[in-house]
Amino acid sequence: MPTKLIKPVMSADEAVRNVNDGMSVMVGGFNYGGVPYTLVDALVKSGVKDLHLIANDTLYANDKVPEGIGHGMLVVNGQVRKVTASHIGLNRETGRLFNEKKMELELVPQGSLVERIRAGGFGLGGVLTPTGVGTCYEDDKQIVEVDGKRYIVEKPLRANVALIRAHKADRYGNLTYFGTGRNFNPAMATAADLVIAEVDAILELGGIDPNDVVTPGILVDILVLKGDGYYASRT
Amino acid sequence: MLPVLDEEIVRIRIAKRIALDLEDGSVVNLGIGIPTLVSDYVPEGRSVVTQTENGVVGAGPKPEKDDWRFIGAGGRCLSLLPGSSIVASDMSFGLIRGGHLDATVLGALEVDEKGNLANWWIPGKLVPGMGGAMDLVTGAKTVYVATTHCDKKGKSKLVKTCTLPLTGAEVTDVIVTEFCVVRKIDGVMTLCEIAPEVTVEELVAHTDMTLKIANTVLPMEGCK
Repeated sequence: MPTKLIKPVMSADEAVRNVNDGMSVMVGGFNYGGVPYTLVDALVKSGVKDLHLIANDTLYANDKVPEGIGHGMLVVNGQVRKVTASHIGLNRETGRLFNEKKMELELVPQGSLVERIRAGGFGLGGVLTPTGVGTCYEDDKQIVEVDGKRYIVEKPLRANVALIRAHKADRYGNLTYFGTGRNFNPAMATAADLVIAEVDAILELGGIDPNDVVTPGILVDILVLKGDGYYASRT
Repeated sequence: MLPVLDEEIVRIRIAKRIALDLEDGSVVNLGIGIPTLVSDYVPEGRSVVTQTENGVVGAGPKPEKDDWRFIGAGGRCLSLLPGSSIVASDMSFGLIRGGHLDATVLGALEVDEKGNLANWWIPGKLVPGMGGAMDLVTGAKTVYVATTHCDKKGKSKLVKTCTLPLTGAEVTDVIVTEFCVVRKIDGVMTLCEIAPEVTVEELVAHTDMTLKIANTVLPMEGCK
C-alpha cells in the first residue's frame, strides 16, 4: 500500500499547528451545522492571530454566549484581521469590530461566496453572476456584459488552510457528509493549500463505498476525529 | 391611519394568502419571520417543496425531538419529508440562481414602484450581511414580498423609490400585506385584492407607492 496516500490522523491541537499568524483560513459550516468545532476550539486555544477568516457566517456571539460559538470565538478573541462572509448579523462582535475599524469585513452574497471558493478550487479565473447587479454591491466590482445582460465578475477565493467537517473518512481521506452539515465543506476542500477534515469516524480502506464519496481523498491532507465538546457532539 | 390589527392575525393572514397563491408542486424558498409560516397554510390537496438555502430540498416541519444534524436556514431543526434531498451550498445556490425555484418569499424594509426591494441593511446600524437574499431575488421565478403594510411608526413600507440599500433591482412580483395583494402587471404595481377592514381610497391614501387599481379589486382571499 503506497503510504503517501495514507493520511495522518492527528489530534486537533497537533493539526492546527499548521495554522500560523497571518494565514487565510476557510472554515466550513452554515449556522450551527457542519462546523469543525473541535478544530476551531483548538485554533482558539492556540492563540494564533491576524487570521483572514473565510466562512459563510461567524456563528453566534450575544448576551447568552458572550464568548461566542464555533469560529465566532475566533472573532470575539481578537484573532481575526479580516472576515469574508455572507452573513455576520448573529455575532455582535463581528459587526462591532468592523464598525470600530479594528477588523476588515468583506460581505459577499452567499451564492457568490461559494462560487468564488469553487472557482478558487477548480482553477477558474472567476465567475460571472447576475446576483447583486443593480445594487450597491456592484459599485466596486467589474461588470461584464454577455448577450446584453450585465454580470458581476466574482474573483476566485483560496486559503492557506481549510478546516472542514465531514461524516466518515477512510485512511485515504475520502469523505462522506451527513445531514445539513455538508453546506460549504465540499467546496472548501478544493480551495486550500492544506485541508484538515474533522470527522465522526475514520475507517480502513474499503470502509466507504466509492459511490458514496463526495470529497475524494486526494484533496484531504490531515484527518482529526471529532471531540466530545458540546456542539461537536450534537452535530 | 390604517386600522391596527392584532399582530398574530396579520402574520397568519399574510402567510395564508401567499400559500393560496402557490401551485401544487411548486418549489419555494421561505425567508425568516412571516415567510416561514407560509408552509403551514398550503391548502389541502396541494403540496409544495420547501428548499432551504443551506441545502435541503423538501424540508418538513420542526421535529418533536431536535436533531442538530438537520437544520434550516434560520438555525432551527427541521425534518426531512419523504422524497427530500440534501445538497451542498454550490448546488443549493445553483438551484436558487439558476431559476429552478418557482418562488421565494421574503420580508421587506422597503419595496418600491419598480419592484426594487430593500431588506438587508439599514445604514447606520450594524451591517448583518445579505446572506442568500440577493441570490434568491435574482434567481427565483416569482418573488413574493411578505410584509406589514406600515412600519412600527405607521409609515408605508410600499414606497415610491427605495432609499435603503437594495437587495435586488426590479425583482418584486407580488406584495402581500395584511390589507392588500399588489401584483406587478406589465411592469406596473397593481392593486388586485383588498382586505375587509379598508376601502380602496383609504388604502391608496396611506400607501406611498402609486398603485394602479385593477379593473376589479377582489376581496382579499383567505380573510375571515
